[in-house]
Amino acid sequence: MAVSLFEEKLNSDKFVVTAEIGPPKGTDLSEMKKNIELLKDRVDALNVTDHQSSVMRYPSLGGCLLIKELGGEPILQMTTRDRNRIALQADLLFAYSRGIRNVLCLTGDSVDVGDHKDAKPVFDLDSVQLIRMIKTLETGVDMAGNKLSGKVQFFVGASCNPEADHIEPQLIKFEKKVNSGARFFQTQGIYDVTLLRRFMQFARQFGVKIIAGIIVLFSYRMATYMNENVPGVKVPPQILEELKGLDKEAALRKGIDIAARTIRTIKEEKLCHGVHIMAIGREHIIPEVLEASGL
Amino acid sequence: MIVATKKPIEEILVALAPYESVLILGCGTCVTVCNVGGEREVSLLHSALRVAIANSLMQQKRFHEYTVKRQCDREFLEALKGKSEEVDAILSLACGVGVQVLADYFSDIPCIPAVNTVFMGSSSTFGIWDERCAGCGECRLYETAGICPVTRCNKGILNGPCGGAKNGRCEANKEMDCAWLLIYERLLKLDQLDRMRKYSPPRNYGNLKRPKRVIIT
Ligand code: SF4
Ligand code: SF4
Repeated sequence: MAVSLFEEKLNSDKFVVTAEIGPPKGTDLSEMKKNIELLKDRVDALNVTDHQSSVMRYPSLGGCLLIKELGGEPILQMTTRDRNRIALQADLLFAYSRGIRNVLCLTGDSVDVGDHKDAKPVFDLDSVQLIRMIKTLETGVDMAGNKLSGKVQFFVGASCNPEADHIEPQLIKFEKKVNSGARFFQTQGIYDVTLLRRFMQFARQFGVKIIAGIIVLFSYRMATYMNENVPGVKVPPQILEELKGLDKEAALRKGIDIAARTIRTIKEEKLCHGVHIMAIGREHIIPEVLEASGL
Repeated sequence: MIVATKKPIEEILVALAPYESVLILGCGTCVTVCNVGGEREVSLLHSALRVAIANSLMQQKRFHEYTVKRQCDREFLEALKGKSEEVDAILSLACGVGVQVLADYFSDIPCIPAVNTVFMGSSSTFGIWDERCAGCGECRLYETAGICPVTRCNKGILNGPCGGAKNGRCEANKEMDCAWLLIYERLLKLDQLDRMRKYSPPRNYGNLKRPKRVIIT
């Protein structure tokens, strides 16, 4: 039995599409609401980021509740950076009680890359331990072994980086996440499909669902910025070359093109079970990406 | 060993403002090795304070210099008997442990730190010191090829690398190697990769409950 609608879709062998919603910095939810309404019926599930890049924002949990209210399927992104095991467990109880069923377990970016560099990094657990913690809650007890009145059940996911420059330790960690209970994976941004092919050759044997991450590029500057500053993201030189010298509008078109090209290849080769589209700060262009990809 | 850095002279001057006669006290162990709080630094700080005071509107003070073998050990503080009576305050160049033992020993003399204690670590290149141990209370170096993930991984991850490293460097600091890549490479060399495949449960922060005390018999 599928735990969530999203799991059901993945099990039906449909090529799924998920997209990322970044909550606002503040309480004005109008933009986020607009984006959710625009996307909720065009994709199979919507992730809400958890203080992405360690920048303080409206919480992932709040964004997921809004998606539920608006009739969409949320994926709760949960990092271990800001909350200890007590707070994480409590948030999971709350999420479950309000109908959230998909959780993406992440360690989270370093506090050092964010906008509160003086904050205390928590990291009481890491992503693998978070997956296990959810599995423990599902048995009806908390991490301390105390009985819960009313359990939780989640479709548990995690992330992996097929483009990491040292892939072997990443594969060991991927396997640990699978063995700990992760059932779906959303990858870091893919720009080089050959690296995804290499990763899938290894990952396929585990029978878990793999969703390839696609970060839409908007400009040459954004691409070089990500190479310098965004952990784990690597835009290769050929793609930088494609964006170089283009004006704003042309660069955006090119970025959508590049994303669509990657998505089509992944779909045609049946490399993965779906794609996860991240259009950081410009969620409104996602329908165009879908169209250009033939989704 | 314990590693410390010098406090800015302005901060020290503010702390010294109320006192007229001050003992500048060095420590002959860790802080001597990291060139921050030994006999030489006592003398340098003494001169720097004199110059700074001369250039300010402050009244000149009477300074005395001395360095003991270890400030964190009461036994070595006995040598200060006779010197402590003539001072209003002690400016200590020892680590935070040393300053506290001093404050406990001389209960009626204000003790002021002249350094910031930063970590337990070592130096592999002249002048560069790196943290190596956080005293986590459950040493796992056996599992991690002798490389500490608690102190050397920015997130203290126990189950393998995050996806953030680039060119072998940590996502949080481009100057620093990703600890988990180092662990991986060394485990590979030692033919112990199974240790990395094994699940590491969450740390027991119960070990760190403060105030901490151990009884060793
Ligand atoms: S694991 Fe690291 S922090 Fe813990 S005792 Fe060993 S060296 Fe120190
Ligand atoms: S890059 Fe390496 S050292 Fe830095 S946080 Fe990630 S795993 Fe830890």
